[in-house]
Amino acid sequence: MSRHGAHHPRSVVGKRMPLVDARRKVTGSGVYTEDIYLPNMLVARILRSTQHHARIISIDTTEAIEVPGVAAVITGAEYPNKFGVIPISKDETALATEKVVYVGDVVCAIAGSDLYAVEEALAKVKVAYEPLPAYHKPEESLEEVPEKIHPLGIGKTNIHRMVDQDFGDIEQAKRSAAITARGRFTFQGVTHGFTEPHAVVARYEVDGRLTVWTATQVPHYVHRALSEVLGIQMHRIRVVKPMVGGGFGGKSDPFPHEMAAAILSMRTGRPVKLVFDREEVFLTNHGRHPTSTRMEMTASEDGKLTGLDIEALIDGGAWSSFGVISTYYNGVLSVAPYDIPNFRYKGRRVFTNKPPSGAMRGHGAVNSRFAAETLVDMIANELGIDPIQLRLRNLIPPYTDTVNHFRITSNGIAECLEVVRKASDWDSRHGNLPYGEGLGIGCGFYISGSALPIHWDPARFPQSTVHIKIDMDGGVTVHTGAAEIGQGSDTVAAQVVAEVLGLPTSMIHVKAQDTDLAPVDLGSYSSRVTFMMGNAARRAAEQVRDELTAAAARLTGYAAELFTLEDGTAHCRSRPAVQVPYMRVLHEAIADRGALVAKGCYRSPPMGGSFKGAAAGLAPAYSFSAYVAHVRVEPQSGFVHCDKVWAAHDCGKALNPLAVEGQIEGSIHMGLGQVLSEGMRYHKGQLLNPSLLDYKIPTPFEMPDVEVFIVESDDPEGPFGAKEAGEGPLLPILPAVGNAIFDAVGVRVFDLPITPDRLLKAIEEQGAADATATSSKQGSTATGRTKRGYVAGGATDEPGPALSRNQR
Amino acid sequence: MPQSQPSFPLRLNINGDEHALLIRPYATLLDVLRDQLHLTGTKRGCDLGTCGCCTVQVEGVAVLSCLTLAAQVAGRQVTTIEGMANGDGLHPVQEAFASCGGSQCGFCTPGFIMAVSAFLESCPDPTDEQVHEALGGNLCRCTGYIKIYEAVHQAAKVLREGGVRQPLDVDHRHLIGELPPATRTDPRTHDLARLQQLHPEGKG
Repeated sequence: MSRHGAHHPRSVVGKRMPLVDARRKVTGSGVYTEDIYLPNMLVARILRSTQHHARIISIDTTEAIEVPGVAAVITGAEYPNKFGVIPISKDETALATEKVVYVGDVVCAIAGSDLYAVEEALAKVKVAYEPLPAYHKPEESLEEVPEKIHPLGIGKTNIHRMVDQDFGDIEQAKRSAAITARGRFTFQGVTHGFTEPHAVVARYEVDGRLTVWTATQVPHYVHRALSEVLGIQMHRIRVVKPMVGGGFGGKSDPFPHEMAAAILSMRTGRPVKLVFDREEVFLTNHGRHPTSTRMEMTASEDGKLTGLDIEALIDGGAWSSFGVISTYYNGVLSVAPYDIPNFRYKGRRVFTNKPPSGAMRGHGAVNSRFAAETLVDMIANELGIDPIQLRLRNLIPPYTDTVNHFRITSNGIAECLEVVRKASDWDSRHGNLPYGEGLGIGCGFYISGSALPIHWDPARFPQSTVHIKIDMDGGVTVHTGAAEIGQGSDTVAAQVVAEVLGLPTSMIHVKAQDTDLAPVDLGSYSSRVTFMMGNAARRAAEQVRDELTAAAARLTGYAAELFTLEDGTAHCRSRPAVQVPYMRVLHEAIADRGALVAKGCYRSPPMGGSFKGAAAGLAPAYSFSAYVAHVRVEPQSGFVHCDKVWAAHDCGKALNPLAVEGQIEGSIHMGLGQVLSEGMRYHKGQLLNPSLLDYKIPTPFEMPDVEVFIVESDDPEGPFGAKEAGEGPLLPILPAVGNAIFDAVGVRVFDLPITPDRLLKAIEEQGAADATATSSKQGSTATGRTKRGYVAGGATDEPGPALSRNQR
Repeated sequence: MPQSQPSFPLRLNINGDEHALLIRPYATLLDVLRDQLHLTGTKRGCDLGTCGCCTVQVEGVAVLSCLTLAAQVAGRQVTTIEGMANGDGLHPVQEAFASCGGSQCGFCTPGFIMAVSAFLESCPDPTDEQVHEALGGNLCRCTGYIKIYEAVHQAAKVLREGGVRQPLDVDHRHLIGELPPATRTDPRTHDLARLQQLHPEGKG
């Protein structure tokens, strides 16, 4: 495709390089939203609901507004327009209008000259509530209720979304299966835990324009939502994304506080800053859904997987957020990387009066992946087939489609499995380690950018557009709406453009901050940026390159097609002596015409089936991964130490291996938290652990040694072959640890997180079961422990055993 | 929290600069650094001492500025992230965090750098275990710490070997050349004749 040669050695792409903004970060000079101090600026805070579910009778702000220093007090009644990231499920307002729906809901916002005045005023707001029945258990939300949480509930229930999909013949697969593994898995909610609390600065100016600086992953969606809520046209609003201190999905919705700050600035005519404290971050949440998943997997006697049947009850909390998508993703991303011909999914997302759930790294796929990989392992164990061997027998090939009509392009899953098998010395160690020590395997599969854009005319608009400008200074300005949030997207943009133009990345200046300057990119979610923005940037850069090579042709008399841009020089391939320095070529290119400007776009190709929900889970490419984890379990305490992970991830082509490793290592850290220690714990809907002390993120002591293997399958449509590395790498660590625990102590826990108390209980139950079953038999080890299979927790209340074999 | 105006006089030495301030008596060092001095490199991650983002050094010792009253450090030498780099380039710990990928979103990074540089002063050749211990109070949600460990060990080595700072080299003139000299305009090409055709009133 590229006439300058696919075989040309890359000089920038594929090289380990520090992030282009690293120096600003290590010196503390990078500006995050909270670091913005504007002249005459007010500060604001939010009054949050103390009620789970209540009608607002009245809000008395008369005393609050009298507090010296207070400039404005706002409540929700004046701004009833609804917003939400998904157009078909808009349900949030800037501030509560008639009801509050969770403890932490936004009731009132106050701006003043300093935080002390604002806090004093908040304490003087009197809210009269009429309490309503509150629903905290997702099961209750399936039923008809007298007072729905909000109107999006289906019928008289609090069900938000129902998804039913059925491919092949799952009942027939069950009837003919030699073996069926099943389980009921429960997953506590987990939250992103980014270090930078949400923050926003809004400035409404006398010319009628509003500027909003905000810590967001999705400037474009914030832009749209502000327009809808405030009732002013988008061109009057400018959204600026300063540096963002992590997102992981937690900053990928438009939020009420962004609206509140804007309203306060419009009300006062002064800039307003609003920053969350850490408790507010937890209450705002939008983290991974608490989920209860029943899953059944069937296989033939020779270990061929034949069917997958999933039923998921997903606790959405108070708002819709990305919930429509989350509902689908809990099922549809569970089939691949395996070739399973029969698949059924029944997903229910419900509203409850708890902090809203939303998108979090590995959105929707993580919990079901844990369940599926556990069942695969149970089948392998029962059939006496090595778990990696069984997986290798069932892999979906590259360049095919799945039973649910996903188009698979490049696929390095087999290599991922082989690499970690060898590196971990799996064949001699798995199943042979002493009691308390184990190895486990887990695979992963994830979208490399959602092919379905979230906006109003998806069939016609690009998902990403990039502008490039080069003027006589020689520097290259790249404008993109893609949100750098620490994942390195600015570096990707700089690398792609530098590669095409043959320049050092320090000459590429990426401006990814400002909706006034940047063309639309839909934002940093669904692992879409490298693939989509990268392709758009490459196309824009190729146009500029063509202008430069044409100029080199004019200067030298050789054909433009013969020129390659490399090392800051235009080289003539047929005449190595003919070389023109970049600045000379640029001078010729802009003579008489002014600065070079170009635009590149990306839209994913048409794909997928035509059934309801067919678009969910479609992506122009998919990442694949396989991890082996080594754990040590303390049988006396149930404490799990994960001390080594071998991690292989197929990201197509690693544009920056240093950054890819960072994504994989960070994903392992985050996934390890979910499987072993993290959980949003509630008592009657009250969040018990809204602090970084009580919400147990792994520390340096818990972080294992990680050996990363980047598998490069070279995707035909990715920029320079690249796919995603931001989210997929989280998926395999959870089941790898769970399966390693089984290898260590012969126990499976189906309820996450696998805390010491849960595991200890399972080990003790196993011991008791063993004592009964084998009291007169040999087979126990000297310690009285065996590694016989035992499934604790959820599986035991299923009708029928966790594993069943047909006697035929 | 009762409202009051900043009235408590305080002299602070931050990064070698003397500041005479009026503060609220209950203001934390973090409040003063950020809100009064606008030294925003020190980050507010939790305000509860649980994340380490606000770590600064007082007389070379790493402290959490959100748990330290500004009045407690009157007259003492406070170093913040802004005091680490100088004209000769980045401090070796900063250089190592940048080059090893020890910083992703960067929000925890200033706190880590202040903690690590204080730690390496007292423990120039640390074991892995000592590094884990030293970083136990700093939360990073992006990196999984692995590249931070690498950065700590790299920085330790550089510091042991004398800690030379490398100035930034981003001059590419040798690579890309320079704009050619300006082209002289040929006076014969001026277009007065065309203008006079359009504006006959100017003839004469």
